[in-house]
Amino acid sequence: MTNHWVDIKNTDLAIIMGGNAAEAHPCGFKWVIEAKKDRKAKLIVVDPRFTRSASVADFYAPIRAGADIAFLGGVIHYLLSNDKIHHDYVKAYTNAPFLISEGFGFEDGIFTGYNAEKRSYGKDTWQYQKDKDGFAMVDETLQSPNCVFQLMKKHYSRYTPELVSRVTGTPKEDFLKICGMIAETAAPNKTMTILYALGWTEHTVGSQNIRTMAIIQCLLGNMGMAGGGINALRGHANVQGITDMCLYSEVLPGYQSAPTDADKTRADYLAARTPKALRPGQMNFPQNFPKWNTSLMKAFYGNAATKDNDFCYDWLPKKDGAYDTLALFERMHQGKMSGFVCQGFNPLASVANKKKVGDALAKLKYLVIIDPLATDTSEFWKNYGEYNEVDPAKIQTEVFRLPANLFAEEDGSFTNSGRVVQWHWKAADGPGESKGDIEIMAALYLKLKEMYAKDGGKFPDAILNLAWPYRIPAKPSPSELLMEISGKALGDVLDPKDPTKVLVKAGEQIPGFAMLRDDGSTSCGNWIYGGCWSQAGNLTARRDASDPTGLGQTLAWGFAWPANRRILYNRASADLAGKPWDPKRPVLRWTGTAWGGNDIPDMRPDAAPDQNVMPFIMNPEGVARLFAPAMADGPFPEHYEPFETPLDNNPFHPKNPKATSNPAARVFKGDMETFGKAKDFPYVCTTYRLVEHFHFWTKHAHINAVLQPEHFVEIGEALAKEKGIASGDKVKVRSNRGFIKAVAVVTKRIRTLDVDGKKVHTIGIPLHFGFKGLTKPGYITNTLTPFVGDANSQTPEYKAFLVNIEKA
Amino acid sequence: MQVTRRQFFKICSAGLGGSSIAMLGYSPTAALAEVREFKLARATETRNMCPYCSVSCGVLAYSIGDKSKNAKAEIIHIEGDPDNPVNRGTLCPKGAGLLDMVHSPNRLKHPEVREAGSNEWKRISWDEAVTRIARHMKADRDANFIEKNAEGTTVNRWNTFGFLASSAAANEPGYLSHKILRSLGAVAFDTQARI
Repeated sequence: MTNHWVDIKNTDLAIIMGGNAAEAHPCGFKWVIEAKKDRKAKLIVVDPRFTRSASVADFYAPIRAGADIAFLGGVIHYLLSNDKIHHDYVKAYTNAPFLISEGFGFEDGIFTGYNAEKRSYGKDTWQYQKDKDGFAMVDETLQSPNCVFQLMKKHYSRYTPELVSRVTGTPKEDFLKICGMIAETAAPNKTMTILYALGWTEHTVGSQNIRTMAIIQCLLGNMGMAGGGINALRGHANVQGITDMCLYSEVLPGYQSAPTDADKTRADYLAARTPKALRPGQMNFPQNFPKWNTSLMKAFYGNAATKDNDFCYDWLPKKDGAYDTLALFERMHQGKMSGFVCQGFNPLASVANKKKVGDALAKLKYLVIIDPLATDTSEFWKNYGEYNEVDPAKIQTEVFRLPANLFAEEDGSFTNSGRVVQWHWKAADGPGESKGDIEIMAALYLKLKEMYAKDGGKFPDAILNLAWPYRIPAKPSPSELLMEISGKALGDVLDPKDPTKVLVKAGEQIPGFAMLRDDGSTSCGNWIYGGCWSQAGNLTARRDASDPTGLGQTLAWGFAWPANRRILYNRASADLAGKPWDPKRPVLRWTGTAWGGNDIPDMRPDAAPDQNVMPFIMNPEGVARLFAPAMADGPFPEHYEPFETPLDNNPFHPKNPKATSNPAARVFKGDMETFGKAKDFPYVCTTYRLVEHFHFWTKHAHINAVLQPEHFVEIGEALAKEKGIASGDKVKVRSNRGFIKAVAVVTKRIRTLDVDGKKVHTIGIPLHFGFKGLTKPGYITNTLTPFVGDANSQTPEYKAFLVNIEKA
Repeated sequence: MQVTRRQFFKICSAGLGGSSIAMLGYSPTAALAEVREFKLARATETRNMCPYCSVSCGVLAYSIGDKSKNAKAEIIHIEGDPDNPVNRGTLCPKGAGLLDMVHSPNRLKHPEVREAGSNEWKRISWDEAVTRIARHMKADRDANFIEKNAEGTTVNRWNTFGFLASSAAANEPGYLSHKILRSLGAVAFDTQARI
């Protein structure tokens, strides 16, 4: 979230699309109700199902799963053609005036630079025009045909209400009604918030779904405002924190992109990641990359990391390709993996195409499960009849299962979706011999270290020299680790403006990431968490909920990264002169000498408005990107059909089969054949969560298993009638990858839609069931889902695929 | 009279004190009317967080035992933390069942192994589990570690070993897992957060 949970109460209009907060995030959703009650805010819900969120909405519209960009592109077209944008904001705070390379183009669904064989784009033409000093060129009048504003206008001119309705199945009048409600928030003192979740990310165009809304929020001037922003309602209690710690192959803690084979030396590595400002006077915050990276290497390797050995740069593995979850299981399926550890993760149930995942696990030599619960994955080798038909004797994988603790059994910090890091305390020991994740990881590491010290082996240096300054080596404490994450001064940190002044003394915890240095004098495990454990102690444990301004910022409750800032880009909540766009909900203002207000400024504190330092400080151009060359599948979002579409083509590009589905999405060899066709699988299927269950955990909790005991499938009344299915009937749902059986629930909540001249039925399947747990044994929903991911994030397309259904 | 829940506990425990005094013989009368003690009144309250969705609601975990060394704590009740500015004491149907998650009969209690081709679990010690896993990892790493790529660039990677990290783990184990994985040269790791 750019904003945070409580801030939702400050909005004038909440849109829930690609999510269902009332059921998936109930205690956060109540802030929408608060906004409705206290501010008379409106709620719009757009979803294939009439959800519980929809049931309390002021306006609900149905949409075909996988057609969100068509809808949102239509909103952009509406805002631009009806001149409902926040002009001053767009001109100053976005890249609307920036000139794009003359060679840039878009034809029949494909942007310039496409390589069909590699299914990827070369981005030479997706660049800013630059002047002799290397700065991007702009046209303040927004009239040049090559400026972003005009290119965007042209791009979305095709998204007419008629075509939008034809593609999305949303009735045209419903669509226009929503456009009108959204457009009202173009007023400088009105805001809209978007609450989305996996319903947007789990598509082959997932990242661009979110980008399209980000464009809308920028056009309306809603970024940085109280009650505005782009708000991802995420999965687990610490999914944000684990994302920040970057348990991803491609990034180091704090979103530092990890080295690849192309980064031969540390100098190459740093140069490629340390951008130069693209407009004069901008903060260009990523220019500090070497400080973050050097401090991280000091946290990893301590005294072993020195300037002379390039801070152990070569000890970091270099990446040669993709290792995301889908790629990892693809490699495993090809027999290229020997071992695998699942830490609190149940991939057999939660990764697409269960059969492929199970087959892949069976090719491993060893599998290690670290979990509090007996997961389905841990027994992938066991025969559970129709729910898991395997022959254990043929599966040679050695499986270890290690009991881990749960939340209540350990101290530590969780970071919520609003980036607020909060400490929790241990209430009791776990059952039996269970241990905390820290202790388990430490045990594995220390055993390996002992073996490498004794017997030698391949490249032991990094293992033997890993900094391990913990008082009890076998049991590092969460406090020690959070202090390491937050960072400390190894030598005195001096003031660059006055080197006689010591800002942080050697040995002290740093107050914030501004103190980090690239000479090895500071250590910091994750720069964005810098200062969360300062000399003042553990700020994540603060419990002062006072809220003097009534905005709900609670600046002394926990610690929000970065720098305890609660609303990102908050400089954009004020006009160019530093005056709040909405004086009733001021987040930040220029006081005459500094930035101040109800939040930690997302701006250099002394950057006077006349210095024209723009609010989007993480971009070298200082402004938000309506045109974003960083995206893999196009600088402007474009509607592409899901890989399994009920339509014959993409109605936006009916003559170009290459542009039916995302042309830049990765498809593994052999997987194209696993996609089903509408003639065999005529119904759109989407998967989702229930209010009574959390993923695959609560099926192990008695009360939740009582509340929702059995797997079911929701179908609309029209389809039920067509197929002769009644509520309570057992049905078989098939995709091209397998089938599941479950109980049918016939509902008015799923409508049949008119899409491109045909009736499209939708089937909805909750995903919480499996063969392990206290719920009735059931099939794993992800037996059905396709093994293909978003072009940018590789998040699988769980939300829109094709199935057939019959009475079982 | 308005009595809050916490005041109610205080009243109850004050009543208990009174009756204990009575037991010691200070009471002039023989009658003893003891209020049945609420378990929560002597429970230890610990501030924690719901591990489910990313609202990350504050919860209060109540356990029997005062956390002294010889008293084994047992969690007997979990409810929303009224001080938490986000959930303000509320919990949803998922979070309301947290106690049943903590005490789920499907909690793992000791390390186990399923040998290749076997149809059952076998209980093993932590030491055996860690040693066997580490041996597997070392053999795999020593056999498949890539020090230099075809071009001769030092790459120091190990890509035959994979790791999926939990989004339910706290920041501290998350960070430590990352630190350890990179030191091994692991590149094939990912997290639940992606999917």
